[in-house]
Amino acid sequence: MRREDIVEATVAVLARAETSLPPWVMEMIEEAVREETSPIARSSLAAILENVEIASTEGVPLCQDTGLPVFHLEIGRDLSIPPYLEEAVAEGVRRATETIPLRPNAVDPLTRRNTGDNTGQGMPDLIIDFVPGDALRITAFPKGAGSENASFLSMLNPADDPLEFVAEEVAKRAGRACAPVFVGVGIGGTFDLAPRLAKRALFNMPGTSEAELELLLKINQIGPGPMGLGGRATALGVKIETALCHTASLPVAVNLQCWANRSATAAVRDEGWSID
Amino acid sequence: MEHRLRTPISEDDVSALRAGDLVWISGTVYTARDKVHALLRSGEELPVDLAGAVIYHCGPLIRDDRVLSAGPTTSGRVARYTKDVVDRGAKLIVGKGGISEEAEALRGKASYLAYPGGCGALAARHLRVKRLHLPDLGMAEGLWEMEAEDWGPMIVATDSHGNDLYREAKRSLEKSSKT
Repeated sequence: MRREDIVEATVAVLARAETSLPPWVMEMIEEAVREETSPIARSSLAAILENVEIASTEGVPLCQDTGLPVFHLEIGRDLSIPPYLEEAVAEGVRRATETIPLRPNAVDPLTRRNTGDNTGQGMPDLIIDFVPGDALRITAFPKGAGSENASFLSMLNPADDPLEFVAEEVAKRAGRACAPVFVGVGIGGTFDLAPRLAKRALFNMPGTSEAELELLLKINQIGPGPMGLGGRATALGVKIETALCHTASLPVAVNLQCWANRSATAAVRDEGWSID
Repeated sequence: MEHRLRTPISEDDVSALRAGDLVWISGTVYTARDKVHALLRSGEELPVDLAGAVIYHCGPLIRDDRVLSAGPTTSGRVARYTKDVVDRGAKLIVGKGGISEEAEALRGKASYLAYPGGCGALAARHLRVKRLHLPDLGMAEGLWEMEAEDWGPMIVATDSHGNDLYREAKRSLEKSSKT
């Protein structure tokens, strides 16, 4: 597998993710406009649809917060993993920052010094899975700060109702997370596993189980609507991921994703790369 | 009701705005987020005059002085500086998510307008760069002076008469939780 193919595929998925939305996300927002009765909420949702149209026509990032570079890498077990894999993805981020362009968002947490190219200590963030096959699939999930800052983790008492807790907290926070939001829920595991489950839940959006649809309904019953200004659509989708937890624990994490649920995937093989 | 306003914004302009109204802005707009606000609080003089000004909570994406994407940032992070900004004469604050906890600082003086979060490409169509003040703060944190042309629609979320849409949305939340 050529290093340059990994770099080019990384640039391509970032460009696609930053300047357009997956069709299923657009369909959900369009449906939300149709069902909305509040004129204020309709005005916000109509602006969102017009904004995405402009971004994809002009090839500019739909949101100025082009996010932190988060990637899901699915590595085929038949691949021999190139030693430059992580470095090539980072190079793709640097190149994309220059060419798309992206806003340089990555700063040192203590000095607040900006590295200028969205890479450095711990960035890009690579979430890695091994899967059957001979391809490397690279999915870009650029993550903006508005919805990330409104995300949360709590070590509940096993006697608490985790879904009730999630509904109330999301309703409180969604307004500043650019609602309508997608709600990635991680329940169980350890202190650090729960938020990773919540992030992975965003990869598998939207959920269709009874519990997920019920939670979605509950959030929209009590939530503050688009942008927190009143209306019906506080959340568009909910996905719950679980893991076993200690009998004395109940970790619950929620990773919020704003309406701009940006992602794009490419497959890289020995003979080249292609975008999905 | 709909308002088309041109800067500098007058006291009468502000007083006519009611929560739920729609606003389009033309004229000069200043971006300011965490670092510019912190500077203001530290007593530093800003290189611009805020009398009658429009402050935009925004860290834009700009290339070669062209605005590519410039939606609002979360106002909650700089809400604590609302009084500092209003005391210097700013009349309209544009952002997202609201500054409900500081809404009293606006009373009789200024109004908070919500621009739909994430709509960076749409806003960019109506904004162009005049100049960058405080360039050392970087692209996102610097103080951009921009020229707005029919930029909107924004929703009057908190008016100068004490009405606040965020508070109303939250109050109906509390009501429905109890039932």
